[in-house]
Amino acid sequence: MKDPLVIAGKSYGSRLLVGTGKYRDFAETRAAVEASGAQIVTVAIRRTNIGQNANEPSLLEALPPSKFTYLPNTAGCYSADDAVRTLRLARELLDGHDLVKLEVLGDPHTLYPNMPETLKAAEQLVKEGFKVMVYCSDDPIQAQMLEALGCVAVMPLASLIGSGMGILNPWNLQLVIDRLKIPVLVDAGVGTASDAAVAMELGCDGVLMNTAIASARDPVRMAHAMKLAVEAGREAFLAGRMPKKLYSAAPSSPTQGTITSSRSKAA
Amino acid sequence: MIQVIVNGSAHRLEAPVNVRALLEKLEMAGKKVAVERNGEIVPKSLHPDILVEDGDCLEIVVAVGGG
Repeated sequence: MKDPLVIAGKSYGSRLLVGTGKYRDFAETRAAVEASGAQIVTVAIRRTNIGQNANEPSLLEALPPSKFTYLPNTAGCYSADDAVRTLRLARELLDGHDLVKLEVLGDPHTLYPNMPETLKAAEQLVKEGFKVMVYCSDDPIQAQMLEALGCVAVMPLASLIGSGMGILNPWNLQLVIDRLKIPVLVDAGVGTASDAAVAMELGCDGVLMNTAIASARDPVRMAHAMKLAVEAGREAFLAGRMPKKLYSAAPSSPTQGTITSSRSKAA
Repeated sequence: MIQVIVNGSAHRLEAPVNVRALLEKLEMAGKKVAVERNGEIVPKSLHPDILVEDGDCLEIVVAVGGG
């Protein structure tokens, strides 16, 4: 595998991770996930509807865990305790699967992470043997704390969940990327392909998104666009961009041999 | 008669039953679910052994689409 993304010792060919929420149906979910090329997909853990739709198709049938790496999340949890309980249930549900996405939200209006509770939950989950990928603020100091606790990846927001506002603070992201040894993935805020490319050009190890694909007019096509954007951004990062200059006295074409010189002789 | 809370709603049962029997009663036998009883995970292998008793609080969950 060329230039793999390595998380908790496992290599992945794709650096794009996608959510499975907000799609019209499981067929569209599956088509979008396939078009994205993602190998890791996030899922939520929710109470079953008792006595309803006993034969309803399940997500596990649409996206077989044998083909995709599941990343159960703690979306909707506002305390460390709820998040830890949710992921214990997820591990039981997924037959001992221990790679998880921790997110502890601070308030229902912004869905901004509650970092004190996030740190508390991360510590407990690592102690219980979970491999924790953690949604967090773009504060480099708290990102380092999460790394020190033993998280396998940090996933700072680029902007608020579901906002599609893109990367609002590339400088903080850069600090997080520079300071951490574990993978840094942008999670939340990507709106379109260029946002994903910029995240990768900054040196992020990957990008996780859901709404940008699911809420596009054509989700399957956007999933493909995101695949290309993440690949292009990664290639650009590895290639190393030219330095920025306000202007340059060095044109790309030769300065010698222009026809203007011969014309001036004849005259 | 006993009463248990399943996913936040009260359910009446004739007598204590094991977790497997409760799942059958709720038409969830064979479905991919995870069960928590009074805050503790009930591993699948223990479904036939763990009894659901009066006042117990159960959570039965599945995986759904999400980001």
